[in-house]
Amino acid sequence: MKIVCRCEDVTEEEIIEAIDQGYTTLDELKKHLRVGTGPCQGRTCLKVIEKMLAKKLGKTIDDLKKTTVRPPLKPLPLYIYGDEDEE
Amino acid sequence: MRNKAEVVIIGGGITGCGVAYNLAKMGLTDVVLVEKNFLSSGATGRCGGGIRQQFTTEWNIKLAMESVKRFEKMNDELDIDIEYEQGGYLVITDDEKELEEFKKNVKLQNKLGLDSKLITPSEAKEIVPYLNEDNILGATFCQSDGHAYPFRVVQGYAKKAKEMGVEINKFTEVKSIKKEDNKIKSVVTDRGEIKTNIVVNAAGAYSREIAGMIGVEMPNKPFRHEILATERYKHILDPMIISFKYGIYFSQQKHGEIVGGIGDPDEPSSYNIKSSLKFVERFTSVLGKIVPAFKNLNIVRQWAGFYDVTPDAKPILGYTEGIDTLIQANGYSGHGFMVAPRVTELIAELIVDGKTSMPIDELNLKRFEGETVGEVYVVG
Repeated sequence: MKIVCRCEDVTEEEIIEAIDQGYTTLDELKKHLRVGTGPCQGRTCLKVIEKMLAKKLGKTIDDLKKTTVRPPLKPLPLYIYGDEDEE
Repeated sequence: MRNKAEVVIIGGGITGCGVAYNLAKMGLTDVVLVEKNFLSSGATGRCGGGIRQQFTTEWNIKLAMESVKRFEKMNDELDIDIEYEQGGYLVITDDEKELEEFKKNVKLQNKLGLDSKLITPSEAKEIVPYLNEDNILGATFCQSDGHAYPFRVVQGYAKKAKEMGVEINKFTEVKSIKKEDNKIKSVVTDRGEIKTNIVVNAAGAYSREIAGMIGVEMPNKPFRHEILATERYKHILDPMIISFKYGIYFSQQKHGEIVGGIGDPDEPSSYNIKSSLKFVERFTSVLGKIVPAFKNLNIVRQWAGFYDVTPDAKPILGYTEGIDTLIQANGYSGHGFMVAPRVTELIAELIVDGKTSMPIDELNLKRFEGETVGEVYVVG
């Protein structure tokens, strides 16, 4: 068993099974398995998953539909976004 | 892809997939659904997943209550875990006038059989220990309100519809709709043409573009609404907390993340879907007054989606005058997911039986030619 997404504990087998079920884009895999949606923001796993997807679908990585990088780049406590009412 | 079908559904969100499922369940499986991106890629997959029955109009309350009955049975019916939780909705206010409105609304809701009630700030604090009760005057609470994972509901509907014989085509974009003498002839996509008589316009914020392809003008306007998620935390919040006055809503999902948003009255209508810093600042500022400790939570992600807004904040459902076989199922104005189980059943009834088990006449597109009474409970 190989863990691909460390934040959400998702294995290689689970990802392959999901692709076989028809979740054939990064966006769908993110929503189905939560891969790449944890504190590391997909830094560790999304590149690996792209490779797996490309191989399974017989495409190049450039041919795959991209997923949007969501801010913030690293988790931040909400209070640092400020509150104009606070002294 | 099939080149003909009795019904073509445009849009693979909660509405399109729900209609596909309900049509198939009623025995009509000669149906093709087309979606330009992946299923739930639009508003459905971007929304907060809230399921509320506390509305102000009789029709919306009934519709939401009927939908909750279906959500409660959905795991078994769709054979999928929709991550449904009934932690309630806590509607708070710091405004005396709004509190008076609450009393009136709860009366109507109770009359229709909803378990909503008016509660005091200290009663609200019992439900949410982190609440700053000094900043509220009162609240309403409905235990059977809740939330689910919209992506999963869509997958469930689509999977069951497919099993019954419906064809679902994702990454298939509608380019034009052909008609002859005000009758629909075919839907042309980037993957081929589908001959059909009946088209269901379930394209959400893009519904007006779809209708425009055959010369039907619609009043729907897209508005960006932003939303954010925190990291996962242990269980700290049961209900969805909302304030209509401040436009804020937030709840804790089954996996532990707090998901919430806040509307911006200054947001212009557009297809801008970018995330902004201003949104997180506004959200945090209001959140801090309601549950001060939550300002210590870590935000992990923010995104945006479109509310498909009509002039009276009620959906547009049913036949289209002039082109009868264009069925409208759009314009939900920010509360489409929560009423979809019942609405999509009604749309399927309209197509299969020519009539519905709950009246939808007053939601017809042509109402905008006259006066209409709006839904005021819109949040986010």
